[in-house]
Amino acid sequence: MKRAHNLMAALAMGVCALAAQAEVVSVPIAGGPFESVLPPAANIKVTMVAPFRLDATVVSNADFAEFLGKHPEWRRDRVAGLFADEGYLRHWASAASPGAAIAQQPATQVSWFAASAYCEARGARLPRWYEWEFAAAASATRPDARKDPAWLQEILDWYSKSARGPLPVVGASPPNYFGVRDLHGVVWEWVEDAGSMMVSDDSREQGDPDRNRFCGTGALSFEQKDNYAMMMRIAMLSSMKAAYSSSSMGFRCARDAAVGR
Amino acid sequence: MTRNTIATLLVAALLTACGGSEHAASTHPVGPTGGSMKGDFGPPQGEPVHAVLTSPPLVPPATNRTQPAKVIVELEVIEVEKPISEGVTYTFWTFGGTVPGSFIRVRQGDTVEFHLKNHPGSKMPHNIDLHGVTGPGGGAASSFTAPGHASQFTFKALNQGLYVYHCATAPVGMHVANGMYGLILVEPPEGLPPVDKEFYVMQGDFYTVGKYREKGHQAFDMQKAIDENASYVLFNGAEGALTGPQALKANTGQHVRMFIGNGGPNLVSSFHVIGEIFDKVQYEGGTHFQENVQTTLIPAGGAATVEFHLEVPGNYVLVDHSIFRAFNKGAVAILEVSGGPRADIYSGKQLDEMYLSDKLADPAPVATAVQASASGTLTKEQQVKSGEVLFKGTCSACHQDTGAGIPNVFPPLAKSDFLLADRKRAIGIVLNGLTGPVNVNGAHFNSVMPPMSQLNDDEVANILTFALNSWGNNGGQVSAKEVTEIRATTKRAEGAAH
Repeated sequence: MKRAHNLMAALAMGVCALAAQAEVVSVPIAGGPFESVLPPAANIKVTMVAPFRLDATVVSNADFAEFLGKHPEWRRDRVAGLFADEGYLRHWASAASPGAAIAQQPATQVSWFAASAYCEARGARLPRWYEWEFAAAASATRPDARKDPAWLQEILDWYSKSARGPLPVVGASPPNYFGVRDLHGVVWEWVEDAGSMMVSDDSREQGDPDRNRFCGTGALSFEQKDNYAMMMRIAMLSSMKAAYSSSSMGFRCARDAAVGR
Repeated sequence: MTRNTIATLLVAALLTACGGSEHAASTHPVGPTGGSMKGDFGPPQGEPVHAVLTSPPLVPPATNRTQPAKVIVELEVIEVEKPISEGVTYTFWTFGGTVPGSFIRVRQGDTVEFHLKNHPGSKMPHNIDLHGVTGPGGGAASSFTAPGHASQFTFKALNQGLYVYHCATAPVGMHVANGMYGLILVEPPEGLPPVDKEFYVMQGDFYTVGKYREKGHQAFDMQKAIDENASYVLFNGAEGALTGPQALKANTGQHVRMFIGNGGPNLVSSFHVIGEIFDKVQYEGGTHFQENVQTTLIPAGGAATVEFHLEVPGNYVLVDHSIFRAFNKGAVAILEVSGGPRADIYSGKQLDEMYLSDKLADPAPVATAVQASASGTLTKEQQVKSGEVLFKGTCSACHQDTGAGIPNVFPPLAKSDFLLADRKRAIGIVLNGLTGPVNVNGAHFNSVMPPMSQLNDDEVANILTFALNSWGNNGGQVSAKEVTEIRATTKRAEGAAH
């Protein structure tokens, strides 16, 4: 009986995996000069974003379950404590499967390590912050809508909703200018360089003290002071250590434009 | 006497006061309490104490300690959706589930081990800056905490006083605007003099996408916050948090102490209690006090302790006397005082008579109508003439002499479908007032008309008869008898008065 059950589960998962695999679409983004909320240095406002490809959607629980099938060392009952905290995938129905109810929701409560491993297994990587921010600056019609107060307010509205409700299914939001979905209003997202986004823990210090706290990034200070949505992302990312997980932190993958599809 | 001379004398006096002890070697010009230099009473004594935290408007009991202690404070950050006004919800970010956050009470010299826990269901990282902390950031950097995690830091409370605490995570203004503030009281070593009642009230300004009282769930409006254009100014985080059944309660003969904070993020409070005078105000939450104060200024990120003795029963209204905030943005709370009347101190209304201003050419028609009514010979024409005079004195300030009202503010009476549709309703409104939305001639009004309780039944009948027969209205006659009937069968809104 038990075996039959497992078989069913495996079959079901296989179907999900097929469906999920068919949906993994990454879109090319040309990049270019970009003014980040978080400029690279005090006197450098513009950074260059190299061409890259970005997943059109965030990774779903079903996607992540498929990955665990091939890499069971990342299951919550086997993962090394160094790489994931106690919240890691704790909301899943079992160690191997999220359960049908949340299968198509974004994979959250995943550590940075696990997210990185997932992308690596796909021959990809996590997007870098500037890449993510570049893609997320677009509205449905414009590549950079960050000066549009109506669009900013739309994004901000997400923060005015409690995090207690169910997450939307992956890909539910309309595509932006680049064809990327779910960048706003769904989950926070891990980025490859989250660990080096060491903005001050006390947001009111502006540039000044403690430059030695981190290598050369003492100058990191927010530009675009009305871009609250981005500030909050950065605050969230900088509060998270790589082993941490959170019910509203998900991820998607990216790769350099030259590599693969 | 020059300023320098005064300063020299002051230092000399202080040195003398210190009795030439070793500590007096410093020429640092400190006040009577000695500030932080005199706030370290040595290492904590005895077993650690868990601080009692209270939700507003409650205040924890006095520490009643004579020795410095190690005090453990455990405060949880929770993001909650709650009503900000009737039918309006808002996602508040809170210290302890309430706005303002839990009240913390320690004694000067205590060593405070602070645990900040961020609920796993939180969307945001948070931290805490306590103005009562001596150290960079007031604890902010040491307490930066991701959702589902907890941080710990320790400080010694060197300065006595009443201090604001708040979140300082980016964007700090938004965290504060969402309700992340509260008060910590650092008692002087000898404690505070006992009082009968202590209350915890904190003002804050809120910025919603929809306007004041627009129904539904309202999101934070960044531009309004930057423009300092508040949608709500509130005591304890919601309209009605301290009114009606939730009003603060005390009795006559009691001595009341209120710990009043202002979380901001933007607005400075002109804090006032209508009908009371603060016997004592420890302004800015500091050590010195002022006596006999009507209104005290509380800066954003500041606090004050006010005390007063209650003599006369009734409702006392706490307001921000920057008064549009009280009337149009919600900055109202009630202190309900019970007890026997004290007519020797406050009589209540002793007289209400017609005062005929220069607006009135001739009060004669009123007298004529009164006589006619008494003798049972009152005609419609007499009613209209008398009503016209009374209307000018009582109603025209809002509804205008032309009966046209003021667009969007005061509804018209001239050719008013609302007035002409229901005579009985009109009588009821004059008697009992009207609050809330009405539709008049296709236009929407949402305002307050107080009950005209000073008018007798004859006067109400005459005013309405006048209104029903003026400015093109053709609406018949209202008799005093009808008014009497409606007065007997309807109830005046509680607490309403002209």
